[in-house]
Amino acid sequence: MKVRLNRIAHARSGDKGDRADIGLFAYDAETYAVLKREVTAGRVAAHFAGIAESAERFELDNIWALKFVLNASLQGGGSRSLRLDNLGKTIGAALLRMEIDAPDTLPRLQARAQA
Amino acid sequence: MKTVRIGSGLGFYGDSWRPVRASIERGGVQYIGSDHLAELTLAILQKDRQKDPNAGYARDMLPMLAELFPLGRAQNVKFLLDAGGLNPQGAGAALADTFRKLGIKARIAVVTGDSVMERIDELMAAGESLAHLDTGADIATVRSRLLFASAYLGAKPMVEALEQGADIVLTGRVADAALFLAPLVHEFKWGWQDYDKLAQGLTVGHLLECSGQASGGNFGGDWESVPDLAHIGYPIAEVTEDGTAVITKAPGTGGLVSFDTVRQQLLYEVHDPRNYFSPDVVLDMSTIRLTDLGGNRVEVKGASGKPRTGTLKVVGGFEDGWMGEASLSYSWPDALKKAKATAAIVKTLLDEQKVKYDELFVEYMGHNALFGPIAENDPAEELNEVFLRMAIRTPERKAAEGFRRHFPWLALSGPPFVTGAGIQGASGLIGIWPTLVKRELVESRVKIEMLEV
Repeated sequence: MKVRLNRIAHARSGDKGDRADIGLFAYDAETYAVLKREVTAGRVAAHFAGIAESAERFELDNIWALKFVLNASLQGGGSRSLRLDNLGKTIGAALLRMEIDAPDTLPRLQARAQA
Repeated sequence: MKTVRIGSGLGFYGDSWRPVRASIERGGVQYIGSDHLAELTLAILQKDRQKDPNAGYARDMLPMLAELFPLGRAQNVKFLLDAGGLNPQGAGAALADTFRKLGIKARIAVVTGDSVMERIDELMAAGESLAHLDTGADIATVRSRLLFASAYLGAKPMVEALEQGADIVLTGRVADAALFLAPLVHEFKWGWQDYDKLAQGLTVGHLLECSGQASGGNFGGDWESVPDLAHIGYPIAEVTEDGTAVITKAPGTGGLVSFDTVRQQLLYEVHDPRNYFSPDVVLDMSTIRLTDLGGNRVEVKGASGKPRTGTLKVVGGFEDGWMGEASLSYSWPDALKKAKATAAIVKTLLDEQKVKYDELFVEYMGHNALFGPIAENDPAEELNEVFLRMAIRTPERKAAEGFRRHFPWLALSGPPFVTGAGIQGASGLIGIWPTLVKRELVESRVKIEMLEV
């Protein structure tokens, strides 16, 4: 099924120079495996087309997390950006809007279905 | 077993220190590390210093310490702060002055030597290129516009200051996490080659450097599950000699220290988690084990350290044009449509009047200011209200200042149901110049001055 990431993961974003960066966190190992498969650097770069030039991904199996770095995404950096969100504080939420294919058997989706 | 308890101070210039009171009164902390400097902050402090050469430090440090230092006196709580910004000496003098007036006694150590602004020629003569760390661009392209350049110092001078008996250590630019690593090295006598212990200490520092972000603040998950943010407790680390730490907070405070809130902060503003560079050690986060012990306690262990590199990072800032900014608010019906029409009118006038600008940026707050191209369009027709925000980047200050004139008249002569004009003067934009410099060229100049008040 198609699932928005915010149903199965959480995130925080920040900045360094002209790069925004996002930590994406799965609530369980099963979901982490799905994120690893689906939320590739290429998909994320496409999601942020028009915002970032490219995306890098790092994997943290020990805490079920993926780290994304969005290159050239802050108009040159916080102190020269014209944006309201000059520091990329909300860009993590923008990632949580992304839709991926995920099995409806994931624990978070099951828990929601039963609730 | 000896345990050292360190609490989080401010996470940025302007942050609240109310939660630090709870850490001191009920959290049993021995040290408070307070990070007043984001990358952007030096740019703000430079603007202050241009107006007043005695300024250029984070002034919130004065009322903060006037309140918190006496509060922690009975327990001998020591403070480490990078609030010196671009002017640690000025900060030290101002703090000593404030304490004298209030009759507070303290040993204040001031760490200097991080600024390399006056040493650019000397460093280049010593063979440093100072090229842009990411783009490789030549520093000559910004040299005449350079406003400041400061190296990130490590924990060493702060450890020395503590060894000299400082109650308060005031620095300029240091690695944020080093404010917390320093007391651990001092207390446990860790060696500078104990890489795994240094890595644990750096991890603790990284978790504590952003105040409430490790204890349920700005939690991008199930934020409604975080109780009582009004009384959030800032994170406290209980650290043992081998570097194992428990992240917690003062009893009776709000917020949440859990596996989720702690791991969000672990990766915050990190590039490659296997190579998190600092002046003291290179941290590999991939071996860290986080265990939620329940009751707002999360154990952190297993960080791996690798030897520090031979260079320090320097962050410089240069004048990079001017911004003019204005906003107008439009109500339903057609809120977005009217805001767009107004943006087009302003653009027409700017072009007709041949205003020179490099970029004209338009956002529709309430619709796409935060999400940009990712914003969805479907409900746009029915929006209750939209705030039009426009900004220009221009090399000319006059053009930035004149930008505001294009807005007020639209209240009477533009699209209807409009109010709330927010109009800013020109503000100077600052480009950031990250680069590397051989560490001994900086470290050999670092000094500690002790002020006895």
